[in-house]
Amino acid sequence: MQQNYFTLRLISFIMLTGLFLLGNSCKSGNKGQEGKEVGIEDFLSEEDIFDDIDKAKKIFYSLPSPLETAMLLKSAGVEYNETVLNDLAGVEKYSTNKSKALNLGIYTTDLSFASLFDQAQTSLKYMDVTKRLANEMGISDAIDEETIKRLEQNLDKRDVVMDIISETFLNSSSYLKENDQQDVAAIVLVGGWIEGLYIGTQMIGNQFVAGSKLVDRIAEQKLSFSIVERMLQDNSKKITGEENRDIVDLINELHALKAAFDKIEVQTSAVKIDEKDTAKVTVLKSQTKINVTPEAFAELQAAVKSLRNNFVQ
Amino acid sequence: MKKFIPYIVTLAVLLFLNVSVNAQCKGFAKKLCKLELTGYIHDGNYHAAILTEGEEAELYKTFYSGQNYRIAVCGSETLPAIEFQIIDAYKNVLYDNRQHDVSIVWDFNLESSQQLKIVVKVPVSAQKSEYPKSGCVAIMFGFQEK
Repeated sequence: MQQNYFTLRLISFIMLTGLFLLGNSCKSGNKGQEGKEVGIEDFLSEEDIFDDIDKAKKIFYSLPSPLETAMLLKSAGVEYNETVLNDLAGVEKYSTNKSKALNLGIYTTDLSFASLFDQAQTSLKYMDVTKRLANEMGISDAIDEETIKRLEQNLDKRDVVMDIISETFLNSSSYLKENDQQDVAAIVLVGGWIEGLYIGTQMIGNQFVAGSKLVDRIAEQKLSFSIVERMLQDNSKKITGEENRDIVDLINELHALKAAFDKIEVQTSAVKIDEKDTAKVTVLKSQTKINVTPEAFAELQAAVKSLRNNFVQ
Repeated sequence: MKKFIPYIVTLAVLLFLNVSVNAQCKGFAKKLCKLELTGYIHDGNYHAAILTEGEEAELYKTFYSGQNYRIAVCGSETLPAIEFQIIDAYKNVLYDNRQHDVSIVWDFNLESSQQLKIVVKVPVSAQKSEYPKSGCVAIMFGFQEK
């Protein structure tokens, strides 16, 4: 009798483990409210979108990737300046998993930034350090010799170069996420995103102009910061329930940045779509109110600089 | 001890299946779903998971003004056509692919930057089967300068 009970418990354990491993953790529930009209005079802040988050579902948080970050900087009018990029020789220093992951993100943003400005030789050098860090993190198939060769052969074709960078980043992030290293993938993304903020804030220096395209683009990163917070919070515990030290440390390191973003106001109105518009690309019409004082921007600049300097040390 | 062997084998098979299913999902996203972004630059982010009929997933992302975006939501062959909605912070449904022949992609740009939520659902298949179907669902983003 006792043996049967034990066998039953064992079978239950195996089945539950199997179900867990297969990742089927979602429950359905339709919350769409189609066609609801909201006046454009109403504005919401960055936390409101998470109001009805359903933790039972599979949740993804998406940050601007290093490639998108570089593109956002360029479209906001940033000019190329190699002195702000992370020192290539720094790759020798990164010995912990956390510093490797952060700097994989940082170097990938630098690589993307150099490539967008057609800096062929610099791009190759940054691809090399990125490859080295990825290899040290066990992601050897993210960037292979074939990738480097393809990059060398297409350095004058920006679209191909960007496709190669996109593919190498996809290789790293998919490898990490599918090998139960979502926490490491999150750290890589945070590193890359902070590097974008660093480049942007450094380019402004002491030339702050309220309402300029670049200042607004940097202030709008407050919207992504709330996603950073949630993504890290979701990864703050290991699968065993144990605290994830690297992630908890990173959350603590971001406190000064959070305090700086708290002094910047970014509010968005509801989105309207012209239903009669038959264009291939739909335009989402809305307004964003951004209020950033020179003092608040200086605080943000200082917080980003300090954070980024700690990451690359 | 011998009587535990079948259970250990079962556990090993489940572990192997998990690795194998994940690898298939990665391949599906990279080789098939990414093709839907042709004409756009894929941002490089990977969002894919194994979902079962009736299940939903949500994705939160900030989209910035000044760029054209394409979202592609793809499901593997085993699954019925995947449904998705794009919702703003005011809970307005901005796009529902059920009203566009369950299209896999949607192209858009924004007058001002916004956080949006993408709700993805695997509908329950009309064809009845003994077990609910599971398969890979990938959400991918491409962008281009306006």
